[in-house]
Amino acid sequence: MTGPRAASDTSRDESAYLASQWQLVWRKFRRHRLALVGGTFLAMLYALALFGDFVAPYPIAERHADQANHPLQRVRFFDRGTLHLRPFVYATTPGLDTETFLRAYPLQKERRYPLRFFVRGWSYKILGLIPADRHLFGVQEGHVYLFGTDSLGRDLLSRTVHAARISLTIGLAGVGISLLLGIVLGGVSGYYGGRVDLFIQRLIEILLSIPTIPLWMGLSAALPANWPPARVYFGVVLIVSVIGWTGIARIVRGRFLQLREEDFVMAAKVTGCSDSRIIFAHLVPAFASYIIVRATLAVPAMILGETALSFLGLGLREPVVSWGTLLRDAQHVRTIFLYPWLLIPSLFVIVTVLAFNFVGDGLRDAADPYK
Amino acid sequence: MLTYLLTRVVSMLISLVAVSIIAFLIIQLPPGDFIDYLETRSIGTEPQFVSEEEVEALRAHYGLDRPLYVQYLKWASRIVFHGDFGMAFLWDQPVIHLIRERLPFTMIVAISTLLFAYVVAIPIGVYSATHQYSVGDYTATVFGFIGLAIPNFLLALILIVLMFRIFGINPSGLFSPEMEDAPWSLAKVVDMVNHLWIPMIVIGTAGTAAIIRVLRGVLLDELGKQYVVTARAKGMSEPALVFKYPVRVALNPIVSTIGWRLPQIVSGTTITAVVLNLPTLGPMLLVALESQDMFLAGAIILLLTILVLVGTFVSDILLAALDPRIRLT
Repeated sequence: MTGPRAASDTSRDESAYLASQWQLVWRKFRRHRLALVGGTFLAMLYALALFGDFVAPYPIAERHADQANHPLQRVRFFDRGTLHLRPFVYATTPGLDTETFLRAYPLQKERRYPLRFFVRGWSYKILGLIPADRHLFGVQEGHVYLFGTDSLGRDLLSRTVHAARISLTIGLAGVGISLLLGIVLGGVSGYYGGRVDLFIQRLIEILLSIPTIPLWMGLSAALPANWPPARVYFGVVLIVSVIGWTGIARIVRGRFLQLREEDFVMAAKVTGCSDSRIIFAHLVPAFASYIIVRATLAVPAMILGETALSFLGLGLREPVVSWGTLLRDAQHVRTIFLYPWLLIPSLFVIVTVLAFNFVGDGLRDAADPYK
Repeated sequence: MLTYLLTRVVSMLISLVAVSIIAFLIIQLPPGDFIDYLETRSIGTEPQFVSEEEVEALRAHYGLDRPLYVQYLKWASRIVFHGDFGMAFLWDQPVIHLIRERLPFTMIVAISTLLFAYVVAIPIGVYSATHQYSVGDYTATVFGFIGLAIPNFLLALILIVLMFRIFGINPSGLFSPEMEDAPWSLAKVVDMVNHLWIPMIVIGTAGTAAIIRVLRGVLLDELGKQYVVTARAKGMSEPALVFKYPVRVALNPIVSTIGWRLPQIVSGTTITAVVLNLPTLGPMLLVALESQDMFLAGAIILLLTILVLVGTFVSDILLAALDPRIRLT
């Protein structure tokens, strides 16, 4: 082996000894390609949720009554053979399909609506603070529905982007509650043992044996119809966390039982550390990485749960929009058949769930960097 | 073995009681009761209950005016001693009649889905582990993840639309319209099997992905062990080697997790059945919850859980029988 190469190898080895646990975790995580891709997608999706108003060309509730069930408009560069540097969409005219007797929107190829970027449009507040009226893209005349419109003529792209807020935060909020419950109950169970432990473990087993969706359905049927949207949101978060905490509690308990007997805990005890110091300064960091993995993998289940409940009409309700409530429009085979673009929000669900799974997988591999 | 069986039966009974309490509480959570529902529904149409007294009389008749624990005890004892789950108000029929029609179909769908998931997942899992990082392995992983990520109901919708586009048939339901009310015959069974594969695929894919992941992981651990190296060094052929020992060991965690898989499948069945319009308990649960038909909803949640508890019990016994290393205490 040549000199410089050997030197760089040793320096890398040495930096591995000096690196903190989290640096090592990050190094290992970086090597998991899919996890990195998933992480990038998640960052983009959350950015989309944060700056949704900027991306959405129309306000979410704006109805274009004469353009109900408008198909999605394709962004084009070529107009009958001529290349245009500015992308555009073709104009459409509402008409009647003579075969199906349904409203149709044939393309008017002689009229183009050029897309403009950073256009002025409806006013909103960036992050709810700074007033603004610029939008990522838009048209000056005519209309642009890149995802089509729903039965009330509302732009599906704007609605999907807006719904990302609810759908993406519900998983995080649910995991937050699950973490809290799981760490407290799992910790109590593992630290004290005995009857408390037995009771909590039985409770977990029983909760796990109830099929989740029926349980969630039963619980969400209990949400009163007259609750304000914020409370319903919180109720749904609680419902999707009912099961989520059990897995976390089990891991915390298992780790507590295992770590309680370790030498470093004994050493801490001998040097006179208090119980709470042992728990928070020594035990929690020792299993934090496992908890993070578990939490990441619990998010997609909750997102899917909310989507399913809202789809059935048991979860969130209008005017709150989540991807699940948007998909409610696509409940009937006939509707999907005629207006397939109504399924677009489901792509967002799928991408989000996949991304969380990949990131969770990468974190699982990286969770124990000393292996 | 006998003591093990006994303790398992006792713990299952305790779980049953606990679950029945939970089911009952869920049913009690919604504000108002069935009578309120009837009242609001009757507004606008012909009023069904004219006076306060009549409403009260109905409440008393159904026991809705008693304290909660009395209602629970009455409900539970009637189930245990008379097999009487109460009345389904909306259908005006005993709950047990409604359930008796649908429970067998629910079990058929759940069990065939479980079998489908195993039949598909085990060979793929073995292949993935023995051909780690091959194209096939990556394909299986990606498909598995996608199966995990697509909500069940969505996959069902997509499949229906595809079937309709390509073959021009509507595959929802468990029977063709002309077979629906026909008496049981071989033709009807064939018809059912023809419809069964859609829910099987739809509900099975999510479970399949999980099984493949677990099997692949455990099998990879096993394949690196010394006894495998020894057997290979002695000249044992590769397929015989893989299937004779490591696969058998790797199947253990799969069998022992039937208890977790089953709730997932029953859960998936519920929502997919709504989309696919299957004559199972799921769509009935949705209707029951929407109309706050408490006895019916409670009975369905309870029965679905019993299905899971019994399944777990069977898988525990199976595991104990399959693996002599598991001590029965």
